[in-house]
Amino acid sequence: MPRGRREEMVAFWRTFARNRLAIIGGVVVAILVVFAVLAPVLAPWDPNKHDTRLILTPPSSHHWMGTDQLGRDVLSRVLYGSRVSLAVGFVSVGIATLVGMLLGAAAGYHGAWVDAVIMRFVDLMLVFPRFFLLLAVLAFLKPSIWTIMVVIGLTGWMSVARLVRAEFLTLREREFVVWSESVGASAVRVVFRHILPNALAPVLVAMTLGIPAAILMESGLSFLGLGVQPPHATWGNILTDGKDSLEIAWWMTVYPGLAILITVLSYNLLGEGIRDALDPRLRQTRVGRVLRLGR
Amino acid sequence: MGLFVLRRLLLVVPLLIGITFISFVVISLAPGGPLDFLEADNPDLSPEVKRQLTELYGLDKPIVVQYGHWLLRIARLDFGRSFLPDGRPVLAKILERMPVTLAINLIELIIIVSVAVPIGVLSATRQYSVFDKITTIFVFVGFATPDFWLALLLMALFGAQLGWLPISGLRHINAEYLPFWSQQWDLISHLLLPIAVGTFGGLAGFSRYMRQSMLEVVRQDYVQTARAKGLPEEVVIGKHALRNALLPVVTILGLSLPGLIGGSVIIESVFAIPGMGQLMVQSIYARDYPVVMGNLVIVSVLTLFANLFADLAYGLVDPRIRLGRGRRSR
Repeated sequence: MPRGRREEMVAFWRTFARNRLAIIGGVVVAILVVFAVLAPVLAPWDPNKHDTRLILTPPSSHHWMGTDQLGRDVLSRVLYGSRVSLAVGFVSVGIATLVGMLLGAAAGYHGAWVDAVIMRFVDLMLVFPRFFLLLAVLAFLKPSIWTIMVVIGLTGWMSVARLVRAEFLTLREREFVVWSESVGASAVRVVFRHILPNALAPVLVAMTLGIPAAILMESGLSFLGLGVQPPHATWGNILTDGKDSLEIAWWMTVYPGLAILITVLSYNLLGEGIRDALDPRLRQTRVGRVLRLGR
Repeated sequence: MGLFVLRRLLLVVPLLIGITFISFVVISLAPGGPLDFLEADNPDLSPEVKRQLTELYGLDKPIVVQYGHWLLRIARLDFGRSFLPDGRPVLAKILERMPVTLAINLIELIIIVSVAVPIGVLSATRQYSVFDKITTIFVFVGFATPDFWLALLLMALFGAQLGWLPISGLRHINAEYLPFWSQQWDLISHLLLPIAVGTFGGLAGFSRYMRQSMLEVVRQDYVQTARAKGLPEEVVIGKHALRNALLPVVTILGLSLPGLIGGSVIIESVFAIPGMGQLMVQSIYARDYPVVMGNLVIVSVLTLFANLFADLAYGLVDPRIRLGRGRRSR
């Protein structure tokens, strides 16, 4: 390896800290995670408590984001909704990363026919318009938060697989890999000890940019009524409720939408910051191009 | 070029088979098979429907035979009949929805390309200028805006508040009684908001790619050479740089088609446009499985062909491929 891991971290942090937008993104992401975890403590009201006297009241000092058509507090529902978004984002990206790394590593390390088969499979999965595929799968399964996570994860691993494969193809030929192979290290050891740790950088970026994509996907599915089911609050289904009273209750549409926008924006800023800091060359190459296609 | 076209065309065959295979896997996902799943959902499923389904998917046969059976039917464009009371052929239902969806996506694509290219070029040639900064903000906000939320906001503003534009469907109820030109305007006014929403997200992505591609190209030696031999800047940028910067963008265009078409689901649902996306959602609500599967297969095949088209266009614009020298790296 050309440089020690520690020096790399320092160099990474120096570049990252200079990127003001990325820092802002990171701070907002951290705040959002705290909000989601502490939602039961922070929420001023019970998100599912109906109150017929409070139907569609505009924002006030008691209900900062107003109330919905059943008199439920919108702020509390948005806070609880962030838990769903966050959970779906993290778990589905975790699944996608795992599948993508395994297939990408197998393709890149083994090469030959394994590579050919896996990469044709990636091409095939990329042909499907993702939203249509998601809907078709969900049509046959009972909608629940777990189904959503698995389905979003299993339709989103292709960019990770491509990135990992590309890294493996170059790393496989590097001296330290060839050397450890030549002294008899097993394939498993070479892959997990020597190649994979060096291929993680683009994966980290793909994960950070994959989370907001998954959040958008989940909110879209919930908006169509095919995601996490009511009365469970999600940003998507608050917006569905808001659609029916759009003309008289703007607050039900504006706030949850802003929540999605701010969340996705912050993750994107953070992800791009990490990418630029990891390797300035990556800005215009593989990662930069491939990553955006998951949308 | 001939070899390139041939290779691309041959690649389509396994992908076509792959599409039907994945779709088949999706059907088999239903726990206990599609019949049990349907019955759990709807206990008084008629024996007639069950028999129809068993026949359509060959459910009484081993799974490999089932797939072969299904593949043969699809090869003959037989997607079965809808479960809805009308019982019409799935293919007919999908075909009548196709033109709207294709037209909207095509218009969006044309707008995206014709606006994003100049924006990308301008922000690349004036990197870090005010214009560049504004478009960068626009790009990040564009990426982060959920399309259905944007649709709702535009509906509230232009539909409810200002009353300028209709917010649902394709035509006014009395459209047929209007004079010819009013009818055309009626259609266009119904399409303005959906197209605006569909264009927004894509525009952000493409202007970003265009900018990056252009930034890469203007650093190349041949651009410096063109400048050094005294060509005016417009020619250097507009001809030498632009042509090369457009190449990778054509590839991106092909690769982002599935995303664009996928967006039809949300946009058509929100604006009540009778296209393939709305049909998909309606069929899922109605548990009309033959239509769901037929729609998935057909929309994916359409995407595949659109992709192929973009690939061939790439071959046409890239002289290395057009003249049959060098291979395009993946």
